[in-house]
Amino acid sequence: MAQRHFDEELAELKNKLARMAGLAEDQIDKALAALVTRDSALACRVIERDHKVNALDVEIDEACIELLALHQPAAHDLRLVTTAMKISTELERISDLSENISERAIELNEEPQLKPYIDIPRIGNLARVMVKESIDAFVKEDSKLARKVLVDDDLVDDLMEQLFRELLSFMMENPHTISRAIRLSFVAKYLERMADHATNIAELVVYLVEGKIIRHTSPQVPL
Amino acid sequence: MDVMELPHLESPEDRVWPKLLKAETRALSFSYGNRLALKNVSVPIAEYKITALIGPSGCGKSTFLRCFNRMHDLYPGTRYEGEILLHPGSRNILARDVDPIEVRMRLAMVFQKPNPFPKSVYENVAYGLKVRGLTDRRALEEKVEQALRSAALWEEVKDRLSAQATSLSGGQQQRLCMARALATDPELLLLDEPTSALDPIATANIEELLLDLKQRVTILIVTHNMQQAARVSDWTAFMYLGELVEFGLTKQLFTNPSKKQTEDYITGRFG
Repeated sequence: MAQRHFDEELAELKNKLARMAGLAEDQIDKALAALVTRDSALACRVIERDHKVNALDVEIDEACIELLALHQPAAHDLRLVTTAMKISTELERISDLSENISERAIELNEEPQLKPYIDIPRIGNLARVMVKESIDAFVKEDSKLARKVLVDDDLVDDLMEQLFRELLSFMMENPHTISRAIRLSFVAKYLERMADHATNIAELVVYLVEGKIIRHTSPQVPL
Repeated sequence: MDVMELPHLESPEDRVWPKLLKAETRALSFSYGNRLALKNVSVPIAEYKITALIGPSGCGKSTFLRCFNRMHDLYPGTRYEGEILLHPGSRNILARDVDPIEVRMRLAMVFQKPNPFPKSVYENVAYGLKVRGLTDRRALEEKVEQALRSAALWEEVKDRLSAQATSLSGGQQQRLCMARALATDPELLLLDEPTSALDPIATANIEELLLDLKQRVTILIVTHNMQQAARVSDWTAFMYLGELVEFGLTKQLFTNPSKKQTEDYITGRFG
């Protein structure tokens, strides 16, 4: 009978993580909207809401420690609990980055818009989809989907590089644009970091499903 | 590490096998009456390592262990097939020309419940040595002290060596049985659920002892306690219905078993 309770607790752990991921995705959406629509009030709300994600991070950590101490899980159960602990940290950092984007948005909104925002929403959307797909892969234990996320990370890196070159040209042409261009390149960097966190989650999902650690392996390793 | 080194132990294809063996069974089958209790079991026993046998009740793990010292020979109507090789020398201890007494001289066994002889602490440990013909008092005393030290019991009993063994606590009695087993310098120590009758502290003492002992003696342990197998063993064999389901490095078997049956058993979903 204890097994049934344990299974329920594992299912609840997955639910909590999915809820945390939903909140983190929403934070990304709202942070990007605050930047693109120049809505500082919305940016402030994102900053205020970060504590909710932090609270879930602590809650998930505690649940995992309790499961490890009381049930001493093995095999797939063990991989699920340890993976959940790590994914929760990744999501918490993703949410911190949304907070950082919101802070830069508030600063940018105090000056005229440097340029129409085209690439940043594209990178943002890609990063958000990567986060969503990595979490979907976790919930469904789908390592194929997780491996797709790993490939998508290269797209984000390419776009980020392209945007950086564009912002550099702005700064070289007109030094008055430097503070805004630097803030925008920070935003791009935050989004690129988000995609990296999604990649970490995807790698953890591959470990969960296949028992293979693919982190820090050379790029030649077949995906 | 005495295994065939592979850079990563990540997938079932990467599974490793012990290289230096103290013993191994080859296609071992065992039956009593009409009942086939072991079916074609081949397990390597790595030298100076702890190999754990796990599996649900009735899976044949104790039967397997008892084949090693030919304990089943004491009962009529039993039948072995296959081989149990003891290395070095690859001596098949099931061969017709092998005397079970000779086999038992090379191995030692400790059972689930402590079973000291109704004699003094000293006599319990000295017994096997005397049977082997050691009579010199000083040499006997030295060996007894050495065995009691190996079993982490010396400090507790050095002032009461003439006390009855049954006056010791359960945990001490079990360590005394270990000392008795170790006194004759066995090549292979067979343990049949040695801590199942002990409290957690006595269990922890025995587990610590096993980890120290494996520097000197190869250990094969049957345990119902999966956490114990995970904590102390280097290699684990999972048996079910008299067959070997999976054998592998303990750290691999408990984190990423290759068979679903193993996964279900170690995660408590059957058995």
